Amino acid sequence: MSGNDDEDEYSPEMLARMSGMIRDFVPHNAALGLDVIRVSRGHVWVRLPYAEKLVGNPATGALHGGAMSSAMDAAAGLAVMARIGRPGSIATLDLRIDYMRAALRGQDVVVRADCYKVTRHVCFVRGVAYTTDENDAVASLSATFARKS
Amino acid sequence: MSVDLAALLARARETGDASVLLDAIPYAQFLGLGMKREGGVPLGVLRFGEHLVGDASIPALHGGTLAALLESTAIMAVMVDPATTTMPRTITITIDYLRSGRAMDTLCRPRIVRQGRRVAVVAVEAYQDDPEKPVATAVVHLLVAD
Repeated sequence: MSGNDDEDEYSPEMLARMSGMIRDFVPHNAALGLDVIRVSRGHVWVRLPYAEKLVGNPATGALHGGAMSSAMDAAAGLAVMARIGRPGSIATLDLRIDYMRAALRGQDVVVRADCYKVTRHVCFVRGVAYTTDENDAVASLSATFARKS
Repeated sequence: MSVDLAALLARARETGDASVLLDAIPYAQFLGLGMKREGGVPLGVLRFGEHLVGDASIPALHGGTLAALLESTAIMAVMVDPATTTMPRTITITIDYLRSGRAMDTLCRPRIVRQGRRVAVVAVEAYQDDPEKPVATAVVHLLVAD
């Protein structure tokens, strides 16, 4: 993380607005219980709360990869808006997810997404999903988005 | 939760039908994931529901729900393959989003590209009313060794 992050930290109002936005306009995010817990310019932290209904392996209680994919797609899209500074219409072009380990029973997952480049038509994002330690990631993501407006 | 995954896995493999396993997976129930066979080929099914919507203005399916369908179909295809002895785990999934998914059921066709001793590679295509116009495709690398 660069030292400039704090300077670009968005206000609590912006955080509340983005959190409300992903729930109110995106039914699937609301169904997953996604929450924006931190925003700065080009960066977002989204929490996927642990829930029994999201379990993919009933023997271990590990979350299903699909729930992780949704949280990562949502976080990546929000990182683009956090970089552009306003909500806009974007479409995911491609998304690659690498799984390093399982998300354990009872643990919330946090997805940190960074939009590191925006051109006139395309936005580039990378990120990680972790439980307690960002350096011990559950998964990593790389995505591109098309700007539609 | 007391679920005998190994027994369900064995049954899925015997019958070539992963539905018994899907019924035991909470997330599959939450999402509306199913499986059907068409001409001997197992297809993944994502039944439409309002909770799958990602963009309410169109409305379009959330990209994550398509990712879940693609990944689950790849896992099911490898799981019911007689050569598989473990529960496949996803290493990497690379998704291309081609069209927006409309408010209707989505099907997914898997093709096992390579079944190795450690890693299986599956290409999957998700489509709605026209198999020639996929909404999303993916390549999934699965770990099939302990």
